[in-house]
Amino acid sequence: MALAIVSLQTIGCPGMDAYLRPRTLDDALRLLAAAPGCQVLAGGTDVFPARAGAEVWLRRDDRPLLDISGVAGLAEISETAAGWRLGALVTWAQLRRAALPPAFAGLCEAARQVGGAQVQNRGTLLGNLCNASPAADGTPPLLTLEAGVELAGPAGTRVLPLAAFLLGNRRTALAPGELAVALRLPRPPEGAHGGFLKLGARSHLVISIAMVAGVLVVEGGQVRAARLAVGACSAVAQRLPLAEAALLGAPPDPARLRPEHLAGLAPIDDARASAAYRQHAALVLLRRLVEQLA
Amino acid sequence: MIALRVNGTEHGVAAPPATRLSAVLRDHLGLTGTKVGCDAGDCGACTVLLDGAQVCACLVPLAQAEGRAVATVEGLAASPLGAALQAAFQAHGAAQCGICSPGMLMAAMELLASTPRPDEAQVQAALGGVLCRCTGYRKIIEAVLAVGRASVAPPAGAVGESLPRLDGPGRLDGTELYGADTAPADALWLRPIRSPYAHARFVIGDATHLPVRLLTAADVPGRNGFGIYPDIKDQAVFAPGLARYRGDCVAALVGERAAVEAVRWDDLPITWEELPPQGAAAALSGPALHERWPDNVLTTGRLRSGEAAPPATHTASGEWQTGCVEHGYIEPEAGWARRVGDQMEVFGCTQAPYMDREEVAGVLGLAPAAVRIIPSACGGGFGGKLDVSFQPLLAVAAWVTGRPVRAVWSRGESLASSTKRHPASIQASASCDAAGRLTRFAFEGLYDTGAYASWGPTVAGRVPVHCMGPYRVPFVRSRARAVLSNNPPSGAFRGFGVPQAAIAQEMLWDQLADQAGLDRLEFRLLNALRVGDTTNTGQTLEASVGLVECLEALRPHWHALRAARCSTGRRRGGVGVACMWYGIGNTGMSNPSTMRLVLAPEGRLSFFNGAVDIGQGSTTVLAQIAAEALGLPVAALSLVLGDTGLTADAGKTSASRQTFVSGRAAQAAGAALRDAILLRANAGANARLTLADGVLRVDGVALRLDAPLEGQGSFDPPTVALDADGQGLPYATYGFAAQLAALEVDLELGTVHLQRIVAAHDVGRAINPMLVEGQIQGGIAQGIGLALMEEYLPGRTENLHDYLMPSIGDVPAIDCILVEAREPLGPFGAKGIGEPALVPTAPAILSAIRDATGAVVRRVPALPHRVLEALREQRMGEALREQRSGVAS
Ligand SMILES: Cc1cc2nc3c(=O)[nH]c(=O)nc-3n(C[C@H](O)[C@H](O)[C@H](O)COP(=O)(O)OP(=O)(O)OC[C@H]3O[C@@H](n4cnc5c(N)ncnc54)[C@H](O)[C@@H]3O)c2cc1C
Ligand code: FES
Ligand code: FES
Repeated sequence: MALAIVSLQTIGCPGMDAYLRPRTLDDALRLLAAAPGCQVLAGGTDVFPARAGAEVWLRRDDRPLLDISGVAGLAEISETAAGWRLGALVTWAQLRRAALPPAFAGLCEAARQVGGAQVQNRGTLLGNLCNASPAADGTPPLLTLEAGVELAGPAGTRVLPLAAFLLGNRRTALAPGELAVALRLPRPPEGAHGGFLKLGARSHLVISIAMVAGVLVVEGGQVRAARLAVGACSAVAQRLPLAEAALLGAPPDPARLRPEHLAGLAPIDDARASAAYRQHAALVLLRRLVEQLA
Repeated sequence: MIALRVNGTEHGVAAPPATRLSAVLRDHLGLTGTKVGCDAGDCGACTVLLDGAQVCACLVPLAQAEGRAVATVEGLAASPLGAALQAAFQAHGAAQCGICSPGMLMAAMELLASTPRPDEAQVQAALGGVLCRCTGYRKIIEAVLAVGRASVAPPAGAVGESLPRLDGPGRLDGTELYGADTAPADALWLRPIRSPYAHARFVIGDATHLPVRLLTAADVPGRNGFGIYPDIKDQAVFAPGLARYRGDCVAALVGERAAVEAVRWDDLPITWEELPPQGAAAALSGPALHERWPDNVLTTGRLRSGEAAPPATHTASGEWQTGCVEHGYIEPEAGWARRVGDQMEVFGCTQAPYMDREEVAGVLGLAPAAVRIIPSACGGGFGGKLDVSFQPLLAVAAWVTGRPVRAVWSRGESLASSTKRHPASIQASASCDAAGRLTRFAFEGLYDTGAYASWGPTVAGRVPVHCMGPYRVPFVRSRARAVLSNNPPSGAFRGFGVPQAAIAQEMLWDQLADQAGLDRLEFRLLNALRVGDTTNTGQTLEASVGLVECLEALRPHWHALRAARCSTGRRRGGVGVACMWYGIGNTGMSNPSTMRLVLAPEGRLSFFNGAVDIGQGSTTVLAQIAAEALGLPVAALSLVLGDTGLTADAGKTSASRQTFVSGRAAQAAGAALRDAILLRANAGANARLTLADGVLRVDGVALRLDAPLEGQGSFDPPTVALDADGQGLPYATYGFAAQLAALEVDLELGTVHLQRIVAAHDVGRAINPMLVEGQIQGGIAQGIGLALMEEYLPGRTENLHDYLMPSIGDVPAIDCILVEAREPLGPFGAKGIGEPALVPTAPAILSAIRDATGAVVRRVPALPHRVLEALREQRMGEALREQRSGVAS
């Protein structure tokens, strides 16, 4: 079993008392089962900033790290009969460069807009989902791609729809001992096009005030399929069934989207924007997205 | 042992696998060229290449670098591409303070390796993860685009030439040492303990259970207080029992680093009693923060000018609010201190070594002469490193432990504890006559000065003098009050309160110009100060008033930009204009500087320059001035830079004073040494000097010396203190400027998209045009931040993820126009530029938003939701007016 377990002498690195770096998924699962209190580490772009933030006030995260970045076979984007499978270590940069069908354009656009190039080179899509921030840019496009999250754990493997995987602000359905091992993206409907629009207060390195994603199939001037999602306007990004229904069977007209279609959102006031603004901006962005995809 | 390859060399590192790669490089391998600004991926200063891909070294655990290739700034020069990139940065002035440069360079390397001839958009995408607070990014973009293109040889550095920074190379190869880059090997580690509450009483109990020492108020050997003003030492090194803001220092852990870092918050023997905090408005009628100021008013600055206002036809008034703005230097506070017998040495980043010396001496109870301050390279300051931070803490710790002690603030700590730009609430009104001539201006400013005095009195003093702007106004009543609150101390930040005031003043002018039916630029031109005018402090401006030239230079751009405005669809274009003036140097008080040149018998020519270059370029500019006055090329000078043990007091690097004040001293020093040489050589005034191979020649004849020849120069700008009505001669000279901002507003989202800034600045004389442009572009970037995105909220935007400063994509193309209305008092006609650059930007942006939409933004930062609110109010107002006129007709 190729793994490194190092008990730390305390040099300049308090609070990180053990570090596990398995090379196979089996080892990773075994280690996690043995020490379910570990914090999983992939690209570290959420883990390390959170630790730095806590340290400012001498509050430290002492959980041992289970670094999955060395696990073989998790960094692939592969096409399957059912669609695509993105391994847990697939980064934003990989996604940005991948040749994927037009329905994935929103997801790839999100990949271009996450953080800066450094974060894109390291941050993983699954880390983004497991971190479960309401403002995670990966969530809305993946909701519109009807992504499933493949989980592996002591009880075997299961696949949860993304909406069932994300339970709340920083809460997921990961059970103790479970790892997210891949995303499954079903083959999108024929003719589907995807898009993503992000709104922030500066041009690079910005957490979204609000963002929207959509996948539309427009045939003969009529919307045949519509999937829309909004992020940063509720604890978990949401699909908007009312808005989707309003578009179906009619020409792709942004004006069909009405404020009441966004009733399910529950935005908050924070340093970035007011709740009322978010609610308003979500509708504006959705309309622009429909216009863009029409 | 974990093995990795750094710049081609194999290393085995014995460190925990979770150690951040940035710490491995810096602490274990001694490669301090990689900088740390946040440890959170937000600043990009730590950018290195991992197997060719740019990553934030602070987010990479050592284990993940195992067996991989790491490239850092130290390895750049070894590759032709790296060397070419460094050369381009140097030639284009792309590094100012240089703290972001290693990250910028590495990010650019990733790009250039795959895309040798990138376009601007590609450069922005590749460098978007690195923040720069100094340059405004434009010269960085220029430099990356220039790699591989023909370059011109740099000039020799005569006055007026764009000599590349003398201190540039060390900032581009990672060798320059900043506050966190070096310390004695046996130094202990210090970690301040700060109040998490904006207002709290606390009791510190027995700390003997801690594995390290806990320093408290009782350990301060001298006065437990510091502060900018000699008679206001109100901020304690360690607060004795009462914390007045979130971030107030109450104690410090000192010991071996690992032991200090292992201490948890819950281990601390501190019990807190939270008290209700108050902001400035509430403080006006609330309980006193300090006994000394029962009404919480720290200072009131006033100006009364004119007996009665001339009759007016048009009047405008309004209220504005500005946010709490962080300096955002990318280098957090860092340094070390060491006790040497009964003396103290402090090394670290600072803007004001002599003031630091006073403070350290005070808290130790020593004479200033017993303290030596050795400034490190300073990774940005902008006013924020004028106050002491680590200095008194480290000095106390080193004094009581007898060991060297070092400290590096984390970003969160830096944000929580450091001073800020004063948030201001301003009410102002103004009138003009039918022809558009200003008749009166009234200003009432409430400046939230936070928990301690810091530079509050300076701000309250500067604002009333500047708040009517560079215009002829016959009747002015202005008052600015600095009010204490439980917010972070507001201190000195580029412009000392004037940028906030300029917003109100310029917004009123726009309204008056519209009412008077005048073009907004022409309105300003009509009212602009000119040579011979008397200001509202009663000072007659005898020379160097270049505002009219600035506005005239902008006029063609103004018309072109206005003609190009788009006004279709959901975006509306607008063009704004704003002016400013700025008194150079301290307000109505002495602020001398002394410079010295020494020619040793063996031919070494030393320039002793005590001015701290915080990135603005004084090291280069002062050398150009001294060399020119002496009559030798800059290359002949050996530089001895700011160290209170070696150089004379040049005063602090603030108030845009170094080029003007220290420049004039450098000019005098150069002239004095020249005189001494000519006297000794018995040569005429026009004799030609050369210095080669250690031999000085006068008109070709070698001059033999048996003792050093010296030239010393001092300058203290002539001023007269202001009286109770703000009358006097506050400054010896003023900088003037006017800027245009062209932008588009998204009417549905309230987002603002900048397209171009045109900046015309009267700098007296541009000693080094490239460095002047760098100051202007950097100041504009900070003005953009003030206008559109920056707002520090304690506990909420306490990191660079949530506290947004402009990134590379937020600064549009900038045209700089340098106007040179020579200042007779200044060195070769020069005056200052550091602060003036920032002042007009925010008002020009707000002016453009109003031009685009009609909406007056009354609260900055103009975040999208605030712009949208302003748009709604404007529409409601219009609808109401229409209704009313409908009823009337
Ligand atoms: C400067 C900066 C800018 C950023 N900008 C954006 C942005 O614009 N938009 C955005 O959405 N995000 C942004 N982020 C956040 C971050 O980059 C993303 O969330 C990233 O995708 C996380 O991936 P990671 O591999 O780095 O996760 P890590 O930090 O390694 O992990 C994140 C979390 O997920 C858990 N985890 C990771 N992988 C697994 C797994 N396979 N199974 C179970 N649990 C797992 C970890 O335990 C941790 O809790 C930014 C971050 C930084 C530092
Ligand atoms: S130190 Fe790594 S990004 Fe700021
Ligand atoms: S030069 Fe970029 S931060 Fe100073």
